[in-house]
Amino acid sequence: MSFAVTAKPSVSASPAVEFRSVEKRYGQGPIILDAFSLSAAHGDFIALIGPSGCGKSTLLKLVAGLSPVSRGELIFSTSSASNRLADATISSSASSRDDLAYVFQEPTLLPWLTVAKNVALPLNLRAVPSAQRTALVRDALELVGLTPRADYYPRQLSGGQKMRVSIARALVLSPQILLLDEPFGALDEMTRDHLNEELLAIRERLRWTAFFVTHSVAEAVFLANRIIIMSANPGRLHREIRVDLPYPRTPATRRDPAYHRLVDEVSQLLRSIEDLATV
Amino acid sequence: MPRSKLLSFFLPALAGALFIAIWHFIRVSLSEDFRFLLPAPTEVIAAFREHGDELWRATLNTTAGATLGFLAAVAVSFTLSLLLSLSPLVRVTFYPYLMLLQMTPIIVFAPILVLWVGPGLKSVTIITFLICFFPLAVNTTQGLVSTDRNLVELFRLYRATKFQEILRLRIPAALPYFFTGLRIAATLAPIGALVGDYTAGSSAGDGGGLGFQTIIYSSQAKYPALFATAAACCALGFIFVAGVLSLSWLTLHQWHDSYERADI
Repeated sequence: MSFAVTAKPSVSASPAVEFRSVEKRYGQGPIILDAFSLSAAHGDFIALIGPSGCGKSTLLKLVAGLSPVSRGELIFSTSSASNRLADATISSSASSRDDLAYVFQEPTLLPWLTVAKNVALPLNLRAVPSAQRTALVRDALELVGLTPRADYYPRQLSGGQKMRVSIARALVLSPQILLLDEPFGALDEMTRDHLNEELLAIRERLRWTAFFVTHSVAEAVFLANRIIIMSANPGRLHREIRVDLPYPRTPATRRDPAYHRLVDEVSQLLRSIEDLATV
Repeated sequence: MPRSKLLSFFLPALAGALFIAIWHFIRVSLSEDFRFLLPAPTEVIAAFREHGDELWRATLNTTAGATLGFLAAVAVSFTLSLLLSLSPLVRVTFYPYLMLLQMTPIIVFAPILVLWVGPGLKSVTIITFLICFFPLAVNTTQGLVSTDRNLVELFRLYRATKFQEILRLRIPAALPYFFTGLRIAATLAPIGALVGDYTAGSSAGDGGGLGFQTIIYSSQAKYPALFATAAACCALGFIFVAGVLSLSWLTLHQWHDSYERADI
């Protein structure tokens, strides 16, 4: 493998992403996200959890730049970490938003392209020289363990494998910020647990800052170092829970009493929000 | 050969044999005076032998009109669909007229078309074009605007240009829709050319097509020859559809779900 392994995120004074009283509404519609403030340090793994309509997915769209912020500020800063697949892929003039990748709820693959070509899509769109492409695609596929499936078409893969391709595609440009919108929501529990472990294993090698939307408390506690619990109508930051379980986390982490205490705590907080909503 | 393949060959062949048997049965049950109304299968084959050269030439002429009209419809409808897909405003403006074109009985305008461009191949091509155009334009446009929203956002995220989005995403995603339109147009093209030739054909030059022969044979009461003309048109239609189905298979079978399994 050609990855430079940097176990720790770069120590940087400025946060990777900072929300300053961000408000979002579509046109004259209701406020989706209200006075949202959050500072994500480089290397943070932030899980966003809350009832539907709390603006979790909207938050990702704002970070991705797919939708503009209505009020407030969203500030990015690049890290100087050398944990990239290839430095040449990042153009010097690019803004920090060029360094992010998005993983959708669905695998969102192009069905007419093979696995390798799907993973190569960001490289093609960004006009990365073809000499580098092959190596980058090979590395990304190896990262998710799909090297033997490189020439398969998406319909020949299982749901979990498709999601892995989607992750490989997101990682191929070595993003600094990774946005994941309930990526494993449609998978069975076994596959989901397995992919969660893989995601953390990859994170040990490539330290991105992650925003991970989920409906599963167990998943949030297992993955994240910070859990943001949100309330709905309008979407607000309700509580933040720090998860102090040490990385690397393994299946053994799920048997840790501290893990179970956190799952309970977050579940109860979520229930109290939903009780409020039904009053 | 697997069982399903054998069945898919055997069953249609059986149905065909049954059809000819019924045809023969109806014919022999008719009284002598009316038998001329339903020529025997053998008489139709004899008509092919008798009028072979004539029918071959007519078939070639109709093929030319059908092919030219079909290809022109593909090219023009594809371009128009691309334009329509770019803006909802353009779609709203022109869609009603696209529908109007489909509702217009084109045959009514055939005599005027003959005055404009003259009878023969040009008129036949234009009539075929007009008949094939609508299903192609509607299906292709539908395909181009039905792209998965997440895929569009993915392209935007990677700052794809509009050109990249159309070429690498919208057009490939529209292919299954395009081929649906193409299949419909392929069945319409030979019929369109035949009808065009019937109304705007000409014996000038290298002679008329199958539509023109239809007029001649019916005026001469050569009924077996009429059946032979119909058979020639069927064969032409079959070749068109088979061609499009092959092209569709070549383009889609590796990735599109519609080719996943073809069990009976």
